[in-house]
Amino acid sequence: MTASLFIPCLVDLFFPETGIATVKVLERLGVRVIYPSEQTCCGQPAFNTGYRREATRLAVRFVRIFRDAEYIVAPSGSCVSMVKMFPELDIPASLHEDAAHVSSHIYELSEFLVNVLKTEDVGAAFPHTVTYHESCHLRRELGVIDEPRRLLKHVRGLSLVEMENADLCCGFGGTFAVKFPLLSTAMGEQKVRSITAANVEYVTAGDSGCLLQIGGLLSRHGIRTQPIHIAEILSSD
Amino acid sequence: MSVDLIDIQKNIREALRDLPLRTAVWKATEHSLKKREGVVGEVANWEELRTLAHQIRKFTIDHLAQYLQEFERSATANGMKVHWAQDANESVSIVRTILQQHNAKHIVKSKSMTTEEIHLNALLEKDGYSVVETDLGEYIVQLAGEMPSHITAPALHKSREAIAELLTKKFHEPVPSDPALIASIVRRRLRDLFLSADAGISGVNFAVAETGTLCIVENEGNARFTITLPHVHIAIMGIDKVIPRMADLALFLKLLPRSATGQRMTSYVSLISSPRQTNDPDGPEEIHIIILDNGRSSLLSDSSLRQVLYCIRCGACLNTCPVYRQIGGHAYGWVYQGPIGGMLAPVMLGFNTTPLHPYLSSLCGACAEICPVKIDIHHVLLYERSLVVAQRRTSRIERIILKVWAWLMSGRWRYAFSTRIAQLLSTIFGKGAKVYLPVWGQTRDFPPAAKKTFHQLYRKVRETSGQ
Repeated sequence: MTASLFIPCLVDLFFPETGIATVKVLERLGVRVIYPSEQTCCGQPAFNTGYRREATRLAVRFVRIFRDAEYIVAPSGSCVSMVKMFPELDIPASLHEDAAHVSSHIYELSEFLVNVLKTEDVGAAFPHTVTYHESCHLRRELGVIDEPRRLLKHVRGLSLVEMENADLCCGFGGTFAVKFPLLSTAMGEQKVRSITAANVEYVTAGDSGCLLQIGGLLSRHGIRTQPIHIAEILSSD
Repeated sequence: MSVDLIDIQKNIREALRDLPLRTAVWKATEHSLKKREGVVGEVANWEELRTLAHQIRKFTIDHLAQYLQEFERSATANGMKVHWAQDANESVSIVRTILQQHNAKHIVKSKSMTTEEIHLNALLEKDGYSVVETDLGEYIVQLAGEMPSHITAPALHKSREAIAELLTKKFHEPVPSDPALIASIVRRRLRDLFLSADAGISGVNFAVAETGTLCIVENEGNARFTITLPHVHIAIMGIDKVIPRMADLALFLKLLPRSATGQRMTSYVSLISSPRQTNDPDGPEEIHIIILDNGRSSLLSDSSLRQVLYCIRCGACLNTCPVYRQIGGHAYGWVYQGPIGGMLAPVMLGFNTTPLHPYLSSLCGACAEICPVKIDIHHVLLYERSLVVAQRRTSRIERIILKVWAWLMSGRWRYAFSTRIAQLLSTIFGKGAKVYLPVWGQTRDFPPAAKKTFHQLYRKVRETSGQ
């Protein structure tokens, strides 16, 4: 089985270790990983801000790069849900089939592990207390709710602590976070209160955007809980 | 309706500074959500009911003209008078004419968002009518000279202490901050008004086409007084309120109170099919129904927006919205708040006055997840954003940034180049995110760019894994 890796721009530039961890987990489970190096961004920032023409331009590019992939795997629920929206964009007719193929063969990492590879125990060990933040697009666009928790429960030494309102938005929302910085911060602080109350060493999620927001607030408030992408927990041994 | 640009950014800043407001809104919405969860959990086939409700609403709205005509025929046959109003002005003049015919001066009102939408109270008061809201929450915001801040809980932004203080001032008698006592004091005052009112004005929750029946739900009995005691009852409804059959009402009455207030059923459900009949001991002699468009039909013509008309105004999307829960309803600057308010604002007020409303969402989708008629709310907002951009109503600087960004992202080397620039900036400024990312860095730290991007590291991984 071959998985083409899609590494979101945020991961590429700020959290490359999340990408490395994704490769590690997949290879450990016997998946052949290829990384099309001409990839850039899925276009979500433009799409979510209303700039459909710009988003379409990047979507077309993405489709051309990934159209022959058997599976596409990305460590992000948000970017995967963007790719699933491609068929709604004004993509040239000659690429419609490819766009449909790409959007139906792309998986977020935890979804891929549990639902495609049928694996819940990835052989990881992480002897720490962890709370799981449900990224909105992972939960509500992709319907991935239990998969990350099932994976985490099989990690040796890991103690999963549910926080209150785990499914409450962290306030990131892409360009929302800069259009309404104070509102976004207020929402994030609400999330941070839940995380603090869970009293854990790590907060994990399936999206680097959420972790950027949550991590930025935890660090600004001097709270010791560390943000960590779920891929990095699953790759640790 | 012409309004000035609503300054959302200013409203947000003010709301975020108002800590008592934020506490009141958070507490009230948390309470509503918990109550809702309890009663929704009792319904084993809740998801099926949502799907069914969506289908019925879709079918009705797809055949809206037919069902509205059927409703008009049935209601007229029952002896009620039906009027059609294209906009706020038309509906208010119809109300005026009816009031003049009956020489009515004192009016009692039950809670209705549609009448808020057309600013009925203010316009009638200007003409010298006395108009009193009789729902406790509405009564409170009317006394305070404010707008409702929530579709189903108008005074949700006020703590009980603030309400007691307001009433003490207005009544010139001490009012304790006990909800039950507040209710009984207000009830006493309202009784006389009900008995002496010349006309009652209400909204409509559902209008049944098949039987020509109006359905009104409430908890305080004030709506029942409003629609039964005065000689004339005027009901104002949007064109979207119609449902095909009486049998459908059972479904919507199962969904609405559970979603709105976390109740299995509201304390009162009034079904009105005709004015007072010869043998009836009471009831109004005349019932007028005003069917209002006010921009709704423009939603019909756009297949991506049409579903907004499925809304049954339960307010659950407000309760669950993380944006609403931080800033409350007044920040939206008009009658409808939260995700439903964000969707309706550009359509009813114009994209020129509310270009930011569709952006007032992190697109988390909690609204769509809770909506009892399964409106794809955040995707509608997303679509409206594309209309805002198509009409060039975003700032010039934003347009330039996004175009340049898209250009940089659409080439391998341009992308590599921009990541190098970001790495360079990150090295120069170090932890000074406050300087180079002012909109982010004031309140949040920003991580440094990685020394090596994943693109750059990938080759190394290949080497170590021996491929």
